[in-house]
Amino acid sequence: MNRDRASRRLPVVMSFVFALTLTLMPVPDVIAAFRPDWVAMLVIYWAMQLPRTWSVGSAWIIGIVLDVSLGTLLGQHALALCAIAFITVRFHLQMRVFPIPQMTATVFPILAIYHFLLFWINGVAGIDAPSVAYWGPVISGTLMWPIVMIFLSGLSYRTRSGA
Amino acid sequence: MVASRDSSTTSGRTPALGLRFLGLLFVSILLMYVDNRDNHLDTVRNGIGAAVYPLRVAVDAPVRFWNWLGESTTSRNELEKELARLNAERLVTSARLQKFNALETENARLRALLDARPQARDRARVAEILSVDANPYSHSLVIDAGTQDGVTDGQALIDADGVVGQVIKAGLMTSQAMLISDTDHALPVEVNRNGLSTIVVGSGTIDRLELPFVVNNADIRVGDLLVTSGLGGAFPAGYPVAIVDSVTRVPHEPYAEVTATPAASLGQVREVMLIFSGGTATDAEATVDE
Repeated sequence: MNRDRASRRLPVVMSFVFALTLTLMPVPDVIAAFRPDWVAMLVIYWAMQLPRTWSVGSAWIIGIVLDVSLGTLLGQHALALCAIAFITVRFHLQMRVFPIPQMTATVFPILAIYHFLLFWINGVAGIDAPSVAYWGPVISGTLMWPIVMIFLSGLSYRTRSGA
Repeated sequence: MVASRDSSTTSGRTPALGLRFLGLLFVSILLMYVDNRDNHLDTVRNGIGAAVYPLRVAVDAPVRFWNWLGESTTSRNELEKELARLNAERLVTSARLQKFNALETENARLRALLDARPQARDRARVAEILSVDANPYSHSLVIDAGTQDGVTDGQALIDADGVVGQVIKAGLMTSQAMLISDTDHALPVEVNRNGLSTIVVGSGTIDRLELPFVVNNADIRVGDLLVTSGLGGAFPAGYPVAIVDSVTRVPHEPYAEVTATPAASLGQVREVMLIFSGGTATDAEATVDE
């Protein structure tokens, strides 16, 4: 049983490590402005597929790790990820049966909320951020969603059949 | 199978989920408040930072591998050329250094004559930059030296051409440093030509610095070299910072609009030197709070 759980969690953990790597990877500034929020997208995906094991608590812990590695305010990404995990878990039954175009349309506002929260916390803490380029990741994240979805569904199929 | 078990149980757990969410929300806000106020959470940050360290190294590995590949596949011809160039450069530098040694003794003698405080020699240590985008919205970088190498908050970073920035968060094995081009960074400097002291503030653009507090009638010209003045205590005196590239005097404004280009090539540094100046204030006095 314990071993089962561990083997079920491993793909998820690995996917988060991979997402964090993509987030920290050095890329030219032009691309960096449109770097999708890989970690946020994974939180949405796993909260939707496995809402019992991966909900607000795990999202919060991942957020703290993200905060430390990005050098942002401790708790900033944690709060934002926690919020989108909450929203996704609340609506996971609806979202799971959506076809991919409709699901992508749902992911867009969730990513926008995520960015708005980060933006808002920066504002309150007095850290200024560039205005327009800041919203680039929302668009690129939404565009990348179908690809991430297809890639991950292969992974989560194995996760589920393994249990 | 697991998925269906998941969903059937979550419906009954929804109120608990909301409660947990509110709790974590509260904890996050508290954390951010404390973190924004002062540095009590540095140990937590360092702990988690140490755990993420392998990941940083892993992210940096492809870049390092690429550089290594480039270096090890350079042709013999190119290597010989480079060797010749370096040899020539070394000759010139050592010739200059001889003069420098003489000048240094002379300077010490003159200072002794004047009864002035002798200038402390600064120690330096080379640190490599882990090519990690620490935060895209501020100009900062991560270096591979931390408190175990004696790095402290507020320590100055230079490269071969001039001042690069200063350490803002010294971790155990890595430290985060702020570049002088960050909008939150200010640095007390003086014009090398005439000793006019002023403050250089980052503009948010990597190749431009601003001098917002130069009065309209001040003696400052395009091409002037700005060096650290040592005021404020964070940076040792006498390191080149920037070269003035435009001076616009607006008659009805109290201050002239002066911009400068950093002497160090901030966008393409790979190795930096940490300056250990003997026993001066280590506070990050030169960072502006607003």
